[in-house]
Amino acid sequence: MYPNEVELQWSVLIVLYPFITGLVAGAFILASLERVFRVEAVKPTYRLALLTALAFLLVAPLPLQLHLGHPERSLEMYLTPHRSSAMAMFGFVYLWYLMAVLLLEIWLDYRRDIVVKSQTTTGVTRLIYRVLTLGSSNISERSLHIDERLGYFITVIGIPSAFLLHGYVGFIFGSVKANPWWSSPLMPIVFIFSAMVSGIAAVMLLYMVTTRLRRKEIDIRCLDTIAQYLFYVFVIDFSLEMLDLLQRIYEADESFRSLDFMVHTRLWVSQVIIQILLGTVTPILLLGLTQVVSLTGTLRKRIYTLAGCLTVIGIFAMRWNVVIGGQLFSKSFLGYTTYKMAFATREGLLTAIALMLLPFPILWVLVKLLPPWPDAGSVPASGATPAHGTS
Amino acid sequence: MDITRRRLLILLPAAAVAWKYVQAGTPEAAPNYKMTEHWWSMLIDIPKCIGCGSCVRACAEENDVPEGYYRTWIERYHVADWKIERPDVTSPDGGKQGFPPNEIGGKNFFVPKLCNHCADSPCTQVCPVGATFVSPDGVVLVDKSYCLGCRYCVQACPYGCRFINPKTSTAEKCTLCYHRITKGLTTACCEVCPTGARQLADLKNPKDPIHEFLRTHTVQVLKPHMATGAKVFYNGMDGSVR
Repeated sequence: MYPNEVELQWSVLIVLYPFITGLVAGAFILASLERVFRVEAVKPTYRLALLTALAFLLVAPLPLQLHLGHPERSLEMYLTPHRSSAMAMFGFVYLWYLMAVLLLEIWLDYRRDIVVKSQTTTGVTRLIYRVLTLGSSNISERSLHIDERLGYFITVIGIPSAFLLHGYVGFIFGSVKANPWWSSPLMPIVFIFSAMVSGIAAVMLLYMVTTRLRRKEIDIRCLDTIAQYLFYVFVIDFSLEMLDLLQRIYEADESFRSLDFMVHTRLWVSQVIIQILLGTVTPILLLGLTQVVSLTGTLRKRIYTLAGCLTVIGIFAMRWNVVIGGQLFSKSFLGYTTYKMAFATREGLLTAIALMLLPFPILWVLVKLLPPWPDAGSVPASGATPAHGTS
Repeated sequence: MDITRRRLLILLPAAAVAWKYVQAGTPEAAPNYKMTEHWWSMLIDIPKCIGCGSCVRACAEENDVPEGYYRTWIERYHVADWKIERPDVTSPDGGKQGFPPNEIGGKNFFVPKLCNHCADSPCTQVCPVGATFVSPDGVVLVDKSYCLGCRYCVQACPYGCRFINPKTSTAEKCTLCYHRITKGLTTACCEVCPTGARQLADLKNPKDPIHEFLRTHTVQVLKPHMATGAKVFYNGMDGSVR
């Protein structure tokens, strides 16, 4: 192999980055099911999905930041972007999604609750809610109607934006022509569908966990609908990945022999066992089972939990295989390197675990501040109209 | 031209002025170097390379290349009979200390590698802040004071020519000894090559022997299917080289 290739360039932190943005995009698309496509059954997860997307999106840049050789220069990407760079343009896609889509949609959706709480609470809490109102305390019927219309409009824009967000992550890898493991026009599409799969599975699991923690009854109709969508999207995702694989095997270009050897050796466990068998085929079969066989509610919940966990693990393995797998072979197709993950270093396992856990306390704060539960959303307010459909 | 004492006294102040501009990183402003009048490239004559490693050592010395990383390196190819698609390639320590004795049988040859200073370089395309760029005289350079160290350029280079300098945490690669060629010198690797296997070439200079060489020899670039506009030309390159 070329001697400079011995060192791996992108570590586990860069694995986290597409994984986290995928969860964001998938969670948002699940939320949009209710808002745009009027899938009423998933309503209990609407706000939770939005807050989950925000919690993960806030963490998404951190692995990149920690990975940079000069993180203090990272703002240069916004100040003096190189327009031909896929990575530079991603900064703007991220900002667009965070500021113009997610924050705005959450704010519009919660505005009534925020205004009411800014009037009914006291002390620091009141101050926080007053800041969150952004000076807009009008919750008249007409004003809330405008919020609703605008929120709908933003969700409509948000769907292609979520596709763009994660499709673009796929493009960052798929456009590297030097790397045959990454270079594929299918990459952005596979990334979008895998993002939907992971996001839907994550929100489904979070819904089950949070409902149990609140000692409430899980809405099985909601869970069934989410699982059904997860199944459909997963089948498409798996088909696309298999198409990509078949194409590569049949075409067998100059890189094939090298990549094939890599899959059969270094990636055997992470790709074939974890990603494909455990993380894809098993959950598809489990979810498929619930579609064709009549099972009890308790059993379905257990199957959904197992399938959801396996799905998230499988998608993480997929990101691992893309990012790390793409660096294990030489661009000369003659030789391989290995990835040795450090433990307590800036790009080590400990940091990766901390970053993966960080969205959960953020989500906890968000949930405390903006309760997403259907039974807690409607804050009584004198003179205010009832909360709109999503509360 | 004979350098007399009088002529030297005239030339020295001019050279001092030029040196000031080169030091400031604006060689084009120097009175004796016009960036737009050059388009640098390199010629590698594979049959002439003996794999002595002088070029790798000179490069490391001249450019303070960290141990274990290479701005240039030499690969030894061993192609057994018809196995053109599966050559054995070795490059112990980048060929810095030369190579152990050849394997018997088959075809053996050395291929020096370096940045190809591509005209349409994928590394400059992907840099998120434009810290790496193609200079007007055709050299791909990195601005160390601007590089984020995101490593995207390292991933994008099809030839494995880039690395992250562990001291500066920025991308590094062959500069074609820019600090030398803008002063009318050749690169360190070309300077020390005992057989002339490496030749710095200026494609914009009609008097440069490269033009005659390219006309009269079968010359290739590495991975032409990558369409990078590579400007390191290889004479006598075997089909097994990648």
